[in-house]
Amino acid sequence: MVYTLCFLLFLIGMYGVTCKKNIVKIILGFLIMEYSINLFLILLGWKEGGIAPVVDHSVSPDVLVTRSVDPLPQAMVLISITIGLGILCLMVAIAIRLYQRYGTFDITEMNKLRH
Amino acid sequence: MDNLSLFISIPAAVAFFIPVVSRRLRWFPDVSASVTSFFLLMLSLMTLNHETVYKMGDWPAPYGVVFVLDGFSCMMLVIVNLVVFFTAIYSVDYIEKFYTSKLRYYSLLLLVLTGVNGVILTGDLFNLFIFLELSLVASFALVGFGCSARDLEGSFKYLVINLLASYLIFMGIALLYGKFASLNMADIARMVANSDGMSDQVVVFAFVLLLVGFATKSAIVPFHGWVADAYTSAPAPISAVLTGAAVKSLGVYVLIRLAYNIFGMNSILSTIFAYSGVASIIIGVLMALGQWNFKRLLAYHSISQIGYIILAFGIGTPLAIVGGIFHILNHSLFKPLLFLNAGSVEYETGERNLARLGHLSKKMPVTAISSLIASFSISGIPPFNGFWSKLLIIVAAVQAGRPLLALWAVIGSILTLASFAKIQKYVFFGSGERFKEKMLSGVGEVPFLMRISMIVLAIFCSLAGLLLVGGLNGIFGPVVNALAGGPELYITRIFGK
Repeated sequence: MVYTLCFLLFLIGMYGVTCKKNIVKIILGFLIMEYSINLFLILLGWKEGGIAPVVDHSVSPDVLVTRSVDPLPQAMVLISITIGLGILCLMVAIAIRLYQRYGTFDITEMNKLRH
Repeated sequence: MDNLSLFISIPAAVAFFIPVVSRRLRWFPDVSASVTSFFLLMLSLMTLNHETVYKMGDWPAPYGVVFVLDGFSCMMLVIVNLVVFFTAIYSVDYIEKFYTSKLRYYSLLLLVLTGVNGVILTGDLFNLFIFLELSLVASFALVGFGCSARDLEGSFKYLVINLLASYLIFMGIALLYGKFASLNMADIARMVANSDGMSDQVVVFAFVLLLVGFATKSAIVPFHGWVADAYTSAPAPISAVLTGAAVKSLGVYVLIRLAYNIFGMNSILSTIFAYSGVASIIIGVLMALGQWNFKRLLAYHSISQIGYIILAFGIGTPLAIVGGIFHILNHSLFKPLLFLNAGSVEYETGERNLARLGHLSKKMPVTAISSLIASFSISGIPPFNGFWSKLLIIVAAVQAGRPLLALWAVIGSILTLASFAKIQKYVFFGSGERFKEKMLSGVGEVPFLMRISMIVLAIFCSLAGLLLVGGLNGIFGPVVNALAGGPELYITRIFGK
């Protein structure tokens, strides 16, 4: 169920990217898509009542293996957030430059390449 | 050459040092980028016919990240580093004339190279995604490098479509991780093979997401929308890098690696590859025929030539695989050369419209001759290299009992010849309708470094046919072994017996 909602979020982001005409809304669509994937990855590693996956001598190895959450998705999400930040900066920079050149955020009016 | 991490660490380190050092040393960006890419080219030539697995931090395969070098990846490494080396030499004068910030240009170029080398070598899906994003971000910035309205528009289009594809790929990777709890490509291949995974809906869905994502990056026909705008607005050397290195390794290479070595080739996939290849060949060349913009015409031809490669890997017999990999090599020689020619014409005349150009063969003999050779190569005229690879693909299609595919490939080749006859007529040996005599005044041959890279690429184009000597046991033998061995060979290479 919760995975379905996650995927729905992905589709909402995709709708924003593909159907909206405003550059800012397209960028927001990308953010929503990225967050939905991050959420999906975190949910994959999540466990009810899980403990931190740190090797600690006060916890026996068996308990650690069965109850700890999966740390790998968390590492992946950290990297993905970093990549997303870089891409967001670039997109916003290009959007600002585009606004300076065309005086609008509407992508249907940016058609100089066609002429 | 066992330390494969050099292919990533060297360009990344130099890309970092260029902005730091070159505020004092003006000559540093040019020299360091050319020397680095030359060094990497030599390293990649040393890896030919080597097969090795490099474990990052000495962690064994399913737990740590591994770099895998087999026949296919070392061939791709040579191709990519070759293209980047020649464009780095070419850029020295070209960027000087049209753009301002050389240090940022070379820094980004080396970051693209880092990402591309990483994608080729890595054996880990998430690692692949990171390198993919690295080279994509750098190439977004490079496509919009001029910061004029057109450049930014092309860059934003390129960014939106490719980023959408990237997130589809990431979703696919996340689904595969949820299913198999592993990111190692060989480990996933093993579990797919053991559990008969292709009948599982989650795996099929993840695979389709990956397929769509990488097909977008390799610009196969239903997903080709970004190519023309991106290649037209990028600086000419960057168009050459995109078509010769980035599209091939980020798109085609991963697509083929996934299809052949991870999920295993089957008849449905083979049909999809073959028909989308044919559609790319025909639609790409038809769109190119009506173009009057020099670089836009070349961009549409890029779609068409990628179609030949995909068609070859769709047929999938050993002969077709040789044809496909040889066409990847050939396309990386003649299409960058054509883009460099277009850049040279723009460098001297400032004009991209075919109708306003003319009679350049007297003023720019080197550009004219090398572009003639490249045109012969791309349209498949013997003895140039394009002829041999197209011949192999067509023969393989007939042998596999699919003469209709071979017929479409031949038609595509004839139409290619027609559109390159148009370029030669309007630019070099005749003139367009709106050509004015006064445009030719002050036009001469381009500077030495630009000339040398075009000449060497033209020589490679004329002689590359010799690489086929030896046939299946020749230089392309390891590639065929690596791909035709299917997932089993790939798994044994990483995990041992």
